[in-house]
Amino acid sequence: MTLTNLTSIARSEGDPSIEHKGPSSLTGPDRLARALGWFSIGLGVAELIAPGRIARALGLEDKKGLIRAYGARELASAIPTLSIDKPVGLAARIGGDLLDLGTLATALHRDNPKRGNAAIATALVAGITLLDLVAYAGVKAAHRRLPGDDRDYSDRSGFPRGAQPSRGLARQDFDIPTDYRAEGTVADALPTLAT
Amino acid sequence: MKALVWHGKEDIRYDTVSDPAIEDSRDAIIKVTSCAICGSDLHLFHNLVPAMLPGDIMGHETMGEVVEVGSAAKGTLKKGDRVVIPFTIQCGECDQCMRGNFSVCERTNRKKDLGDKAFGHATAGLFGYTHLTGGYPGGQAEYLRVPFADTTHVKVPDGIDDEKLLFLSDILPTGWQAAVQADIQPTDTVAIWGCGPVGQMTIRSAILLGAEQVIAIDHLPERLSMAAAAGAITINFDEENVVERLNELTGGKGPHKCIDAVGTESHVSFGQPDTVLDRAKQMLMMENDRPHVLREMIYVCRPAGVISIIGVYLGLVDKIPMGQAMNKGLTFRMAQAHVPRWTGDLLRRIEDGQIDPSFVITHKASLADGPEMYRTFRDKADGCVKVMLRP
Repeated sequence: MTLTNLTSIARSEGDPSIEHKGPSSLTGPDRLARALGWFSIGLGVAELIAPGRIARALGLEDKKGLIRAYGARELASAIPTLSIDKPVGLAARIGGDLLDLGTLATALHRDNPKRGNAAIATALVAGITLLDLVAYAGVKAAHRRLPGDDRDYSDRSGFPRGAQPSRGLARQDFDIPTDYRAEGTVADALPTLAT
Repeated sequence: MKALVWHGKEDIRYDTVSDPAIEDSRDAIIKVTSCAICGSDLHLFHNLVPAMLPGDIMGHETMGEVVEVGSAAKGTLKKGDRVVIPFTIQCGECDQCMRGNFSVCERTNRKKDLGDKAFGHATAGLFGYTHLTGGYPGGQAEYLRVPFADTTHVKVPDGIDDEKLLFLSDILPTGWQAAVQADIQPTDTVAIWGCGPVGQMTIRSAILLGAEQVIAIDHLPERLSMAAAAGAITINFDEENVVERLNELTGGKGPHKCIDAVGTESHVSFGQPDTVLDRAKQMLMMENDRPHVLREMIYVCRPAGVISIIGVYLGLVDKIPMGQAMNKGLTFRMAQAHVPRWTGDLLRRIEDGQIDPSFVITHKASLADGPEMYRTFRDKADGCVKVMLRP
């Protein structure tokens, strides 16, 4: 059962229900960004709860604390990546990717018995970095305002009689209702003092 | 039928859904001829309003032709009637409706328990606007079931284009109420934050109500040019200091009336550092709204002035300078628009040629293009101010 069918329990019998799903407002880059955001959450949680395992697998036993910190960083970048401000999150992810690559580089020396794992991890992070760059460029392009988007609507007054002749037109036959009156004059409120 | 359906954050789809059916004798079904995307739909698009569910049909600016009428609505409606549907659903009989407070009708929110918990006391049912306000399917669709249809409609005459009438459903009466609840007087300087569709209608309403000086604040050139076209003095907050400029225009005293036509999603920029902090808190679910405009209005408003809030706020706001507001003796007025209270008068003004609300439409598209139009409107791309859709 799909989510949209499940939510039908919150509706009444006469309400329309979905029969066939159509095209979405989400663009390809939006979907990629979303996937990367969820990936950040998965990786971040793993780094937070099992930094020792990851450190041992990469031969970076002395960097357990750093890996945990990277987990927190992943979660922090996931929040904007999954929000409507995706470029902010993706930029944070790209910065994080560079930190990851720098850290992994320290595990690629010949003396590290887990050098093979570190090489695979480096290749994966490089691939993810590429996806982050593609997503960043994609969402920026899909949602940008082009220079020509600044239109001139100075011919759209909305007043068929012109702007100036329309000023105060409604005052001729409309009084602000009493329940919307917000202020009066001192003369209205305290006529004796005003005189 | 086809409809624009909410599936999640930024995910509106052009889906095939079953047709709506009459459920109650006061219901009617209309065949939608025109609908529009509202600025407040973007709060749903951004998933900032709680209680949207995947599968909810969007839209609360709708008009069309009556095609089916429940038995109890037949006294006021018949097949073939041309109607604009207010975004507020009203029973017309409860204490609040009798007072003209239609947006807080006591009977039409079919999820009253949820509304009571969220708001203290439930507000009216609204079309396409979360389950906090009834979870009613919206009008960005080919057909719309109108509950309490005998009272929830505005009959409109033939011979006037949909473009001129559609906005009786929301933004015209909303802008009008923003100006009316500010109690605009002929000697007033009125400052209006936000030149989106509601802001544009508020500017025109303030002009019609005869404000001496109307000042419009935004940063998008196309919106500012549209505001200036109506006779407003404009302030581009990217280029000018709003407080300094407003004081300059009012002899250092501040505007008599300040109107917030922005609401929860103030523009975020480092030039307005509080908006960056608000955005961060919003992402962390520590705050619902970004109330930069509210803070600025309270600061700059003339003592004993009026703050009118018509831009939608959703929940909790931080760092509101109540000390300034209290000591300056400001009056606050706010509400979702009580649409039918104003529609008769506004329809007459449209017929009379006093105002033509179609000026605000910058994009016309088919309902099928709805998902793309949501993106265009949200990104403020292609000079987009208002999107009108035709099923």
